Amino acid sequence: MKGLFYAFLAFIQFVYQSVYLSLSQIWANKTRSILTTIGIVIGVASTTAVIAALTGLKAKILSQVETFGNNTIIIEVRWPDTGPKQNMSWRQLRFRTEEFAGLLEHCPSLERYALIGEAGQQMVKYGEKSVQYAQIHGVEPAWHDIEHRGIVVGRGISVIDEGRAVCLIEPELRDKLGLEKDCVGESIRIGFRNFRIVGVIEKRPDLGIGGGGQERYEIIIPFEMTAKFRQEFWVWALAESKSPEVLDEAVAELKFFLRRTRHIQPDEQDTFSVESLKSAIQTFNKISIMVTLVAGGVVGISLLVGGVGIMNIMLVSISERTKEIGLRKAVGAKKSAILMQFLVEAVILCFVGGIVGVGIGQLLTLAIAHSNPLLERTYIPAWAIVLSFAFAATVGICFGIFPAIKAARLDPIEALRHE
Amino acid sequence: MSQQASSTNGNVIIRLQGLKRFYRVGVEEIHALDGVELEVRENEYIAVMGHSGSGKSTLMNVLGCLDRPSEGSYEIDGENVTRMGDAELASIRNKRIGFVFQSFELLSQLNALKNVEMPLLYASNGWFGRSARAKKSLERVGLGDRMKHKPNQLSGGEKQRVAIARALVCNPSILLADEPTGNLDSKTSENILELFGELHKQGQTIIIVTHERDVAQHAKRIIRMQDGRILTDLTSEQDEAKSQSGGDIPGKEKL
Ligand SMILES: Nc1ncnc2c1ncn2[C@@H]1O[C@H](COP(=O)(O)OP(=O)(O)OP(=O)(O)O)[C@@H](O)[C@H]1O
Ligand SMILES: [Mg+2]
Repeated sequence: MKGLFYAFLAFIQFVYQSVYLSLSQIWANKTRSILTTIGIVIGVASTTAVIAALTGLKAKILSQVETFGNNTIIIEVRWPDTGPKQNMSWRQLRFRTEEFAGLLEHCPSLERYALIGEAGQQMVKYGEKSVQYAQIHGVEPAWHDIEHRGIVVGRGISVIDEGRAVCLIEPELRDKLGLEKDCVGESIRIGFRNFRIVGVIEKRPDLGIGGGGQERYEIIIPFEMTAKFRQEFWVWALAESKSPEVLDEAVAELKFFLRRTRHIQPDEQDTFSVESLKSAIQTFNKISIMVTLVAGGVVGISLLVGGVGIMNIMLVSISERTKEIGLRKAVGAKKSAILMQFLVEAVILCFVGGIVGVGIGQLLTLAIAHSNPLLERTYIPAWAIVLSFAFAATVGICFGIFPAIKAARLDPIEALRHE
Repeated sequence: MSQQASSTNGNVIIRLQGLKRFYRVGVEEIHALDGVELEVRENEYIAVMGHSGSGKSTLMNVLGCLDRPSEGSYEIDGENVTRMGDAELASIRNKRIGFVFQSFELLSQLNALKNVEMPLLYASNGWFGRSARAKKSLERVGLGDRMKHKPNQLSGGEKQRVAIARALVCNPSILLADEPTGNLDSKTSENILELFGELHKQGQTIIIVTHERDVAQHAKRIIRMQDGRILTDLTSEQDEAKSQSGGDIPGKEKL
């Protein structure tokens, strides 16, 4: 028992001694130590920054998805991969309103759906002020129940608006056009038509794709009014199943229904996609894991290069300090003590590199977070920090062990004779 | 073979029997040590002399456990070192041996005190109070006021004193010095040799390799080597007499 205690004390002393020797060595060669760790610093900084950006992107996208329920379904036209329809123009392939007639009766798992028509970009004018481009979406009233965007002033699009020139605008556009806060009842000019504002709707959480800074405005009008801008317009739809549990059934029912109304033969591929948001999120997750892995691989390589750098410097340092090693052995340093000294030195270098790397990664993360609203939620998750350190330490051990063994094996006399 | 000049009182610290050390260089085998018999007792002060290449450094390296003999046995403090492993040898070097080199071998980035502390870092009982022990050792060699000096802020003689303090810090059974004054001018050499004499008076056992005749004034026993063997082993008076009578004693002329 007592022997064990003394062995433990000796071990503690051994570790402390190695750390002490390594630290004094690193301190004595400050410049070189800094240069040595740069590879690791860059590796760790880039890992943490990339992981942070991905995490932020994911958090952001998930938060946007939250404006939809988790039983939302997106219905879009999609060109088939094979068959004669793959070369059709969008005009031929687009959805037509009739194809959705009777949808709810035939899809018992479906709670509601809303068609959305795209009228493209139009110029908007109010008095003297104007906005060159605003995106015009025509929606059916049920759209409000699927995409939960708050109404700031006034009301949303409802059944009574069918065929009427009314619209919803966003607060930003209202301010840009110099309208009053409560602008309900005012008329604005969209393209060549006057529309009466019935409400102000919250801006969609900005996906920011296409660059931050550039303002994008959306105007919501009743679905039928889309035809006033274009004879043939692009249509897609959002739908909602009765509950998250029957989501898959709802998707199947929709597909079955649309295949029939779009006259798709049994041996033909779908000319549309029906995808639940959940599966879209899963797809995104898959992609983000892949990106993480690729980024991880790149970073792994950079850490490897950093590790080789450390090994190189350690080897140089050992051949420079051969005499010192000889002397230390001559005054009684055991192989294990020399081995530990150099190993601990490599690990400490990597670890310090890791700390500085995480620090720089944090700065990069802040910069990224401010660069683009899409990345504003960027932060370094704890696991990324732990991983960086584990990796840095591993690199230190793997690339430090070879030089350390080399040092430990030196013969004291030959080492002392070394010039 | 040779007369033994060792005093009969005091414990035997070192016993060499049939000690040989061969080096292979290509096909040639060099007998650097070719059968050395030696007994060293407590508080002896021995000077080893001889021509260049006679095997003095090789002997010191074996005595200092820096090198292993090819044949024969070596006992220090009653322990047979010949069969010991690396770790045990390291601890013998640490505990029982203080080695002083011709070229000082101080670590340039450490100050005098830290240099002297170094062996204590590797001692099992040296961890606590090591700076106090290093200080004491520096005071013993007369450098109490140079503790914070780095080697490049010290004179040659002072550097060698630091190295001696380092050799003494673990209270070794024996102090080995291979041409400790080889890099010093004659005045400084004299000071260093006086220091060795002083340490000897305090009870330290010392073996010193030197080419200087003056060392006889300090050492009590002179061993002369030739071709890896001990040629003569005499008291300093006998050695003096023999060299006066014109005996063919190697190492008489300065190299
Ligand atoms: N590592 C080695 N490999 C081969 N031969 C060696 C080696 N070390 C020493 N020798 C040979 O062993 C012999 C004794 O060398 P040693 O260094 O002991 O001599 P020395 O008495 O110390 O000489 P000096 O007074 O010049 O220091 C020499 O012939 C030398 O060439
Ligand atoms: Mg020599």
